Amino acid sequence: MPLKIDVKDLNLFYGDKQALFNVSLGFPEFQTTALMGPSGCGKSSLLRCLNRLNDIIPNVHIQGKVLLDKEDIYAPSLDVVELRTHVGMVFQKPNPFPHSIYENVAYGPRIHTLFKDKTELDEIVEKNLARAGLWDEVKDRLHQPATRLSGGQQQRLCIARAIAVNPEVILMDEPCSALDPIATARVEELIDELRERFTIVIVTHNLQQAARVSQQTAFFHSGHLVEAGETGALFTMPQDERTQGYITGRYG
Amino acid sequence: MRSLWLERLVRYFFFLCALSAVVITIGIVVSLLGETLRFFARVSIIDFLFGLTWAPQTLPTGETSGFGAIPLFTGTALITLIAMAVALPCGTMVAIYLSEYASQTMRQIFKPVLETLAGIPTLVYGFFAVTTLGPLLRDTAEFFHLSLVSESALNAGLIMGIMILPYMSSLCEDALHSLPVALREGSMGLGATSSETILKVLLPAAFPNLMAAFLLSLSRAIGETMIVVMAAGLAANLTFNPFEAVTTVTVQIVSLLTGDQEFDNAKTLAAFGLGFVLFVLTFVLNLLALYGVKRYKRIYG
Repeated sequence: MPLKIDVKDLNLFYGDKQALFNVSLGFPEFQTTALMGPSGCGKSSLLRCLNRLNDIIPNVHIQGKVLLDKEDIYAPSLDVVELRTHVGMVFQKPNPFPHSIYENVAYGPRIHTLFKDKTELDEIVEKNLARAGLWDEVKDRLHQPATRLSGGQQQRLCIARAIAVNPEVILMDEPCSALDPIATARVEELIDELRERFTIVIVTHNLQQAARVSQQTAFFHSGHLVEAGETGALFTMPQDERTQGYITGRYG
Repeated sequence: MRSLWLERLVRYFFFLCALSAVVITIGIVVSLLGETLRFFARVSIIDFLFGLTWAPQTLPTGETSGFGAIPLFTGTALITLIAMAVALPCGTMVAIYLSEYASQTMRQIFKPVLETLAGIPTLVYGFFAVTTLGPLLRDTAEFFHLSLVSESALNAGLIMGIMILPYMSSLCEDALHSLPVALREGSMGLGATSSETILKVLLPAAFPNLMAAFLLSLSRAIGETMIVVMAAGLAANLTFNPFEAVTTVTVQIVSLLTGDQEFDNAKTLAAFGLGFVLFVLTFVLNLLALYGVKRYKRIYG
């Protein structure tokens, strides 16, 4: 499986504080990679390096390389706005815009003008809501405020919104941490379906979730990548005692 | 048992403190209402609210015509409109800059400056209107062969707009700044630029709070007295021409009550009628503002 994203010797600093140390990790195309580890281990920081969302925070700087399809996304010539259309993101807490359900999904296509006329936009909205498994639930109230949906529906709406700009990679930052078990199960199913079309990177605290949705798992501790490998193998035969400690519940 | 009665006493004491604030406010409103009713016993409320001629100063005592407050309402509206035309766009743009574009250092310079500006007594703004802005406007108007009186509505309105600007921008900045970071990141994460994010996500999301900021500023402009006493005139002209002199509700209240007055004739009681209208107006505006903020909290909690 070719690597969609390849992180090489990445160091990340927030001001003077170093958050990631020499991280090197490959993300195979059309697979889900789970980033795991205790709070503050740097997994979310790494995720945010992949679409350069860290750029928003003042005083962040990085060393090393992040290659997307062999192209360095930190190269000076790279257009960050363009990058983010290739690498979409779903956040920890559902964050629908204060618009209608329809306008939430149409937001990306609108700012990037991905359609010719209203009919085509309608199609894009329907297709992506359907892919996110939300169409049947909302097709009769597309023009109601998105904030009236339940948490789980809002999160699936955010997934529909992210995939509506046709990204190649979807980053998910603990996408189920604010959801109840039933809504979580639906989102996990969805993640598994999305793997056919997208390369997915998911940050999670939840071991079972990592085991259920991912093919590759990387374990982080205090800013270091401790180990990474095929999910099944990592869970059954961790090489490092910190990983073993975490997955057996001794800490974390 | 450790002095439970003391706890109870302390609790009643603080309750009384809170109660006194409410009681005093209600007392003020009731006394205002009482004087207002005495006024309307002499002058018909219809003539007062809809009459077109305001000339109580020139009336012989005992006369009850000439209390048509419409010119004062239009004068207040005109000056307030000019003030808001300055404060609304400028305030919002300053807020957008401070909240979305300014670096940490810039914020640290701009915010204290704006707060200082907000603390300047309005009297000082009045001086500035009379000594600097007024002549400047008159000269500019002369240059274009326009006639502009020195106590023009434009002069008072512009100064009032500048006075409200820091207040307005600080409220708007709070409105934008209190939006969840997730909203900003959600939009940026979809490949939106900063300006698209501001225009299409942040401003709509902050709209109820921006509206509240606008209404609060509006009620400040309507109630503002010192600037208009100094910069606007006393002549109750019924006009919407900003180059002419107009007068406001607040200016007339001041002029009706200046000097030794006895509260037994229609002339002085008229001040209470005007004060009551002012009170109702700003009260309603503040209520609307509160309602807007509540609605917002229901959505974003």
